[in-house]
Amino acid sequence: MSGYLESQLIILCLNVIYAYGIFLPAASGQLNLGAAGFITIGAYSSAWINASGAPMYIAIPASMLFCAAIAFTIAFPILRTRGVYMVLATFAFAEVVAGLIINLEFLGAAAGYPVESHADYLVVVPVTVLVVLLCFILMSTRLGLAMRSIHDDEAVATLFGVDVRLAKVAAFTLGAALMSLGGALYGHHYNYIETQTFNVLLSIYILLYVLLGGTQTAWGPLVGAAFFTVVPEALRQIATASGHAWIADSRFIIFGAIIVLMMVFRPEGLVTRTMVDRAATPFGGGRSGAAPAARAA
Amino acid sequence: MADNVLSIEGLHKSFGGLKVIDDVGFAVKRGSRTALIGPNGAGKTTVFNLLTGVYPVDGGTMVLDGRDITRVPAKDRVIFGMSRSFQNIRLMPHLSTVENVMLGQHARARRLGDLLYPLGLVPGNRWARAAKEALEDAGLETYPGQVVANLPYGVQKRIEVVRAMISQPKLLLLDEPAAGLNQVEAQQLLALLEKVSASGVTLLVVEHDMHFVHNLCDHVAVLNFGKKIFEGTPAQVNDDPLVREAYLGSDTSMAGQQKAAPAAGAADAP
Repeated sequence: MSGYLESQLIILCLNVIYAYGIFLPAASGQLNLGAAGFITIGAYSSAWINASGAPMYIAIPASMLFCAAIAFTIAFPILRTRGVYMVLATFAFAEVVAGLIINLEFLGAAAGYPVESHADYLVVVPVTVLVVLLCFILMSTRLGLAMRSIHDDEAVATLFGVDVRLAKVAAFTLGAALMSLGGALYGHHYNYIETQTFNVLLSIYILLYVLLGGTQTAWGPLVGAAFFTVVPEALRQIATASGHAWIADSRFIIFGAIIVLMMVFRPEGLVTRTMVDRAATPFGGGRSGAAPAARAA
Repeated sequence: MADNVLSIEGLHKSFGGLKVIDDVGFAVKRGSRTALIGPNGAGKTTVFNLLTGVYPVDGGTMVLDGRDITRVPAKDRVIFGMSRSFQNIRLMPHLSTVENVMLGQHARARRLGDLLYPLGLVPGNRWARAAKEALEDAGLETYPGQVVANLPYGVQKRIEVVRAMISQPKLLLLDEPAAGLNQVEAQQLLALLEKVSASGVTLLVVEHDMHFVHNLCDHVAVLNFGKKIFEGTPAQVNDDPLVREAYLGSDTSMAGQQKAAPAAGAADAP
């Protein structure tokens, strides 16, 4: 595999893992703009445990547990907020994490932190595949059904016996553990981390992958993250190959236009429930149809 | 009293200074089909919301099948044997028909193993099979991947009943089941509810369509301004002067026109 393709594959894998971390809460109706915070915790805690003598294969799961514990603790106050207020609360959390790390000397503070063990694509790719499979299975379970019900109508879900708070906390915590995994893999792959990498733009991008990919099915984050990782790179490649430098120069404008068009024509995301069902039963799918384009998240 | 599946005593609920429910008490006999009627704003839906725990009560007690549920959290009441349908259809728009019905099974599947069972990946698993059978029993065909949002209103109403029934309730609360249905749909719903009632489930129905109430129910309680003003048989209710004054109007042949259904032609005067 060429160095360029490998580097693109790693970025794709990390983005997919991050996206599933945001997808789990989003599928149960929570907008989480705190991705950078959880990724930072994962990257630094795994690196620190690794530096303290534990091998990577212990450091990464330990960092996931640590991040899940933090997420579980903050889930109770944060899940009292809704909609745009939850966006703000999770964003604030990520800023607090960044502010803390940059002041912690033993984690390198503003100078960044070197990471010892290296994880190449032979680690990152299989782990990503496992994450995707696990998320597909999770969404097919009754817990997944409960999460999707909460997304649609919390009050009715409660009346049918769904423990709404438990399901929301579970989704939030599991999502945080996945983002921590992604952050830890980032650190171990690049062997150097600094808080500035995990900024609010990263959180926004990940939330965009999920919302534009679609929150109704487990395909959404996979397609969303892949689309957003591949398209800008592809535009650059096209520019180089065709000799039209203006494509490379204006690729973010083209990309922005694509995002706007997607929001207009696919308000519920690129992949919707109906689309997956149609693809699954191409013959005799019967009378299925599009769900109303009411709630995007 | 053991033969009451539900008994309510001295129920109070205020929203701010407005007394919505004022000392309401009535009992629902096991196996009966009780109607709760009254003008718009009388507090009928509020009674349902208090029963299901959407709002906490300000006073009074509610006993379901011998157990006091007044302080039981909303999510646990369904386990005690009570389920409901809604005035405005509240099926989950992004779930398929079968998945909507499977949500009704949730109260019976709260063990960790049940929560983590991959329903969507095992074709023909017992939960999905049970949901499909329940839909077929109600005369509803299902198609793979059928999203409920596109189904006719009358079919959605019946799916709501199936979803409520699959939680195996002792008491089924129906909030204006016939509202907005045409004659044929109302007949189909009536047949379904007859079947539900025959299976031993007690019905408590809020309904404006007096024709529907007369066809279905054997007992009637009337609310007006948050107070119970009458309790008796459907035959008696037409002759009660207080009820006629508050709700039905002085000429009983007008009763059918009192309903506040969004679509016309749901019922004709008896």
